[in-house]
Amino acid sequence: MKDRFDRHYNLKGFAKEGQQKLQNAKVLIIGAGGLGCPILLYLAAVGVGKIGIVDGDSISESNLSRQVLFGQQDLGKNKAKVVGEILNRKYANLEMEVIPEFLRTDNVIGYLQDYDLVIDGSDNFPTRYLVNDACVLLNKPLVFGALYQNEGQIAVFNARGGDSVNYRDIYPNPPSAGEVPNCNEIGILGVFPGIIGCMMAAEAIKLISDFGEILDSKMLFYNFLNHSEYKIGISKNPQSDLNRPKSVKELQSMDYQDFCGLSEAISWKEVRTLIHDFPDAFLVDVREKDEEPQLEGLAFQRIEMDQINASFGKFAQHDTILLFCQTGIRSAKAARKLQEEFPDKYIRSIKGGINAIEFIL
Amino acid sequence: MEVTIKVFGKISEEIGQTEFSIESPDNVFALIERLNAQFPKIRELKYAIAINRQLAKSSDDIPDGAEVALLPPFSGG
Repeated sequence: MKDRFDRHYNLKGFAKEGQQKLQNAKVLIIGAGGLGCPILLYLAAVGVGKIGIVDGDSISESNLSRQVLFGQQDLGKNKAKVVGEILNRKYANLEMEVIPEFLRTDNVIGYLQDYDLVIDGSDNFPTRYLVNDACVLLNKPLVFGALYQNEGQIAVFNARGGDSVNYRDIYPNPPSAGEVPNCNEIGILGVFPGIIGCMMAAEAIKLISDFGEILDSKMLFYNFLNHSEYKIGISKNPQSDLNRPKSVKELQSMDYQDFCGLSEAISWKEVRTLIHDFPDAFLVDVREKDEEPQLEGLAFQRIEMDQINASFGKFAQHDTILLFCQTGIRSAKAARKLQEEFPDKYIRSIKGGINAIEFIL
Repeated sequence: MEVTIKVFGKISEEIGQTEFSIESPDNVFALIERLNAQFPKIRELKYAIAINRQLAKSSDDIPDGAEVALLPPFSGG
């Protein structure tokens, strides 16, 4: 009797044993983007027993050139929910968990715990470090893949527990903010994430079914324009543990945005340049109205700290938001809060607050 | 003797080439100093270094004729 996996049974070295391993596997995929879409399609097709998808983002028109699970009828819908609908419709026996949220320090442990394998198809450094650190703490294998323009990198971390390397063995600390732009800023050709995503799916399938060799303690660099490959061996790096949380409690108190320099403050000098380059920039004084001195020479609005939540509607209308207070402490807090609410916007606190302005104006 | 330097991602964009050669530095630390002097734009960038396709530490020696790779992190997905 032939079934859906007949070709797998015939494949030498894979056979029914390999299929059984896929059927028993539980895999969590972070991000249903350019990498996540092909990974999800193939893991579901080959018969992985349980698939979880985490993504708090909604589908926008500019996603459609590479995020091949989605179409124009899905615009505005949550990515994880649409993935769940599509894959459940395709395969009746697939168990799906749909998590329509972004991963955070307070939910990552709970979501990862039930899975045997994690695949990181996210698109930003804070999530990549968060997923890596959680996988190390929970001893979960992690298939990693990331893109820069026409180049991709793929690796498998924690494949053999404590003996394996993790992301921090190659990159103990993240680059500074703005050093590595994302796909939104530098562009990417639709088909390329499909190639790297398929390579990640292949690593996951080989790892689960113990078929062939995986990129354990290795990282593969692949250039899509000229097909060049560069594979390096990664050994344990003593610096890896320096900034990595050593317990779930430590992880939960980490601020990954801050660690990746994304809540970094900017100077008044940079504010002037930004306002010049982005006339839409929204400059906000978060102090109470009787605090002195008042800002002169630049257009701004006052939204006091306790009014931030009630004013999300105002902030939503701007892509660049610059916040200041007296010394930069309250505005840093406000920037973090707003960045959580609006992960795609450029939100910065101004270093030193109004007290630092006299040197510039 | 010279070493071959292969560059990836943003670094190759900044310096405008994917491969070049320089006079053999003694170790990784000396290599970084040399690169920073020659290409000030990459001074602030973070990257890993591999020697003969194996991840290196800043104290590692660089053998004559080695192939060195400068490997920045990617985050896109």
